[in-house]
Amino acid sequence: MRFGVVVFPGSNCDADCYHVIKDVLQEEVDYIWHKESQLGAYDAIILPGGFSYGDYLRTGAIARFSPIMPAVIDFANRGGLVIGICNGFQILLEAGLLPGAMLRNQSLKFICDTAYLKVKRNDTPFTNQLAAGQLMKVPIAHGEGNYYCDEATLEELRRNNQILFTYSNAAGEDSPDFNPNGSIANIAGIINKEGNVLGMMPHPERCSEEVLGGTDGVNIFVSMVKSFQEVIQRCKN
Amino acid sequence: MQELNYREMGLLDEEYEKIKEIMGREPNYLELSIWAVMWSEHCGYKNSRPLLKTFPTEGPRVIQGPGENAGIVDIGDGQALVFKIESHNHPSAIEPYQGAATGVGGIVRDIFTMGARPIASLNSLRFGNIEDARVRELFAGVVAGIGDYGNCLGIPTVGGEVYFNPSYQGNPLVNAMCVGLVNSDEIALAVASDVGSPLMLVGAKTGRDGIHGATFASEELSEKSQQKRPSVQVGDPFMEKLLIEACLQLIKEDLVAGMQDLGAAGLTSSISESASKKGRGVEIDVLKVPRREKGMTPYEIMISESQERMLIVPRAGKEKRIKEIFDTWGLDAVVIGQVTDDGMFRVFEGKKMVGEVPNAELTAGCPVYVRAGQEPSYYQECKRFDIDALPEIKIGEALQKLLGSPNIASKRWVYSQYDYQVMTNTSIIPGNGDAAVLRIKGTDKGVAMTTDCNSRFVYLDPYQGGMLAVCESARNLACVGARPLALTNCLNFGNPEKTHIYWQMQESIKGMAAAAKNLNTPVVSGNVSLYNETAAGAIYPTPVVGMVGLLPDIKHRVDMSFKDEGDIVVLLGRLRDELGGSEYLAVCHGVESGAVPVVDLDEEKKLIELSLELIGKDMLKSCHDISEGGLAVALAESAIKGNIGFKVNIEGQKGRADKTLFSEAPGRVAVSLERDKLPELTAMANNKEIEVHVIGQVEGSNICINKGNQHINMAVCDAAKIWGEAIECHMK
Amino acid sequence: MLKANVYVTLKEGVLDPQGDAVKKSLHVLEYQGVKEVRIGKFIEVCLESKDKESALRELEEMSDKLLANPVMEDYRVEIVEVE
Repeated sequence: MRFGVVVFPGSNCDADCYHVIKDVLQEEVDYIWHKESQLGAYDAIILPGGFSYGDYLRTGAIARFSPIMPAVIDFANRGGLVIGICNGFQILLEAGLLPGAMLRNQSLKFICDTAYLKVKRNDTPFTNQLAAGQLMKVPIAHGEGNYYCDEATLEELRRNNQILFTYSNAAGEDSPDFNPNGSIANIAGIINKEGNVLGMMPHPERCSEEVLGGTDGVNIFVSMVKSFQEVIQRCKN
Repeated sequence: MQELNYREMGLLDEEYEKIKEIMGREPNYLELSIWAVMWSEHCGYKNSRPLLKTFPTEGPRVIQGPGENAGIVDIGDGQALVFKIESHNHPSAIEPYQGAATGVGGIVRDIFTMGARPIASLNSLRFGNIEDARVRELFAGVVAGIGDYGNCLGIPTVGGEVYFNPSYQGNPLVNAMCVGLVNSDEIALAVASDVGSPLMLVGAKTGRDGIHGATFASEELSEKSQQKRPSVQVGDPFMEKLLIEACLQLIKEDLVAGMQDLGAAGLTSSISESASKKGRGVEIDVLKVPRREKGMTPYEIMISESQERMLIVPRAGKEKRIKEIFDTWGLDAVVIGQVTDDGMFRVFEGKKMVGEVPNAELTAGCPVYVRAGQEPSYYQECKRFDIDALPEIKIGEALQKLLGSPNIASKRWVYSQYDYQVMTNTSIIPGNGDAAVLRIKGTDKGVAMTTDCNSRFVYLDPYQGGMLAVCESARNLACVGARPLALTNCLNFGNPEKTHIYWQMQESIKGMAAAAKNLNTPVVSGNVSLYNETAAGAIYPTPVVGMVGLLPDIKHRVDMSFKDEGDIVVLLGRLRDELGGSEYLAVCHGVESGAVPVVDLDEEKKLIELSLELIGKDMLKSCHDISEGGLAVALAESAIKGNIGFKVNIEGQKGRADKTLFSEAPGRVAVSLERDKLPELTAMANNKEIEVHVIGQVEGSNICINKGNQHINMAVCDAAKIWGEAIECHMK
Repeated sequence: MLKANVYVTLKEGVLDPQGDAVKKSLHVLEYQGVKEVRIGKFIEVCLESKDKESALRELEEMSDKLLANPVMEDYRVEIVEVE
């Protein structure tokens, strides 16, 4: 499977994602410079974390106009797997690939911590190696991770089962008491209706190796590989 | 802008005379400014150089000692660590957010200038009393500034320290350290350029930021410095991130003969330093410098401290490729001058020469002052302070107070604002071990790093305090399983023209040098910050040590948390009872006095070796050194971090319980291990002549300590609440 | 009741990284005519007062103390409505 990691000026988790795909999963991976206007033959695209364009004006607002973005949008619309992590999620929101917007954390402070995530469903290309209801311990690090959308959108997200991860406590309760940033409905990650675009604030690439204290995150990338292999298998049959 | 005279620029009468003598005439305003910034303490180290020479700077692992942008030590496999610590105290006192942010920016530039990728930041912070609203504002601003800048760069901030003491009221200390990783064959040393080489300026445009910042940093803070406020620099971490990527690419492709960041004294200092290496001269045209503001004079352009700028000397014929790379990253690079052969530093405004100064005299000619220090009367008075006359208070109450003291309490409020995991290397995160540990990708190795200084000790006894700072750093590294390699230091003192301040410098440097020599941790880089005084007096002398260490195999790393019920708790080192200068005396008795615990360097060295051997053999489940708050606090922290209790009985020592439990005497660590490993541990310790005290075991959910007829019994969760929330409560 | 607008802007000459980044991005979007972008804050304050003069003084005081950072920002106060 071939991954592409888009590098915007100011991306800073690009190398981390690249490392997990190449050295942990041992799959193929390339960096894609944001000034490119076409995507090569990739099976999945990662929009990594960081501070694209310094997060100036609004997070993701300037990156969304990078030359590469029309190609990424096109790739997503054709069913390609796209995962946006942290700043990548913010860019997906600004680009309109996912609904909603990001506000500053309720504390008005940057938060670096480890959060418990509750997996809401496992019938997606990003969670097929996880169990529904399973808890994951995943690092978070953001200043603007307070996901917001209006009531109607939230209703729609719920109706379509688009909420993939919620923040919870160690016992799996995802109530507002266990919400690190004020995110509406404790949302930590959502997918689009079609299920091929995921945006999440927590960093799965930071918990994909034992030496970093946990491996819960690697399952998300492994799920993507698995799902890709199944598609190939189906095509062959 | 109103013109300053030489005294206002910080030059002494005799210095001005010397300048006139060198030039054979009166310098013009631009020339005078150039002399003043280059001969400031900040650039010229004129008060500290003779003292700094006494540090040990060599060792088998040292690739680069002091004199470059940062020091370098070998970590094997053709890799090296590049590191340095630097102060940004004065700018942070004026504008805490930008001051701290640009402090991080400056030290990061020092690291990648040498070709290294910055892999971690640390910081050492000192503030006045946290009860004071202005102090909280400074504290919050500094932390946010460090966080926002480092987070945006994607360099994890993995460690550091924060202390509160009234001596820093109005004069906070903000020391930032950066550690970089480099392949030894890709190290770039400062410019050694050929005649005719062009000088390229890259990065941000030049504005009127921080004019006279370097001289400003060499003055006491006063009402007057408040008026100098408009000179504050603003940091742009986004620009810096682009600079890092572009500059590292230049070095990878071997395109540059030299690279120098623009820090204090801006263009003047970086140009002069790049030319001085081979006795070259240099000429530049200020009109070619991209400017942000209209009507800037040559003087303003030459000493502006606008951030995020680099000076590049290309290798012959590589200019075009360099421009291409900068273009990719959206950065402007322009040629502003060239290297000449006659040793003169010339400034042109278009065709007109507006200043001419002999370059060698600017750098090497900086005057040096060897002053006479004098022992102040407080030193002996404090040493004689009678601790036995103080009433003994209940040790349970004392422990509660100590856990809630902002100097001991969890610094979570601080480090949760720092991205400490980006780059996916951080293996021991802030708060979990005595030092931060990072893995080196593609190897089994780990590196550890820490910053330390107990300035109360240094104040009470500069010689012992200097040794203690070095020892604590080394011990902290050993506690996670890393062999201490080398250190960098940031020497923060008051006004060196005062005899007792100079004495503090002399003595503490002597102590640090002795410890560094004994522990084989040479000093490879550093920075000096003097004149840290306000009307109320000088800060406590604060020579901060930043140290790096190496773990041959990161899988052996150990943190500080107790793990399993039934593990035995052992004190390695002596039971000691010196309380002088302790946090206990300060918090429970309101006293900052007493004789500082005495350091035994040989014992310290043996303890470090023993800890490394034990950890290398996977014998320890936790390891935590005894420092602020003494044995009781060390054990409580291990319990809180492990969320499990312990029961400890201290026997074999007579005397007051508070002395045994809260003494901060060095040379000791508290460890936990499986009971059946005790005989082997004892044998190994005997070998090293280190005492072993089996004091109890990990059990239950309470902190239980018995010493004679005094007892502590406190639920771990209650202790965790006090310790965990103390700073947060203040900052709400 | 009285309503005021407070405009907080960076002092002339103080670097505005955010404004620069936005300017560059506008150029990428082919608004080549954009020469400079500087970003500030806009603050609406409602005051329990009817006296414009004293309200203005009070707002200036607030701006000096809190709303603006005198180290690097200027401000301008406009009283827009008096009920």
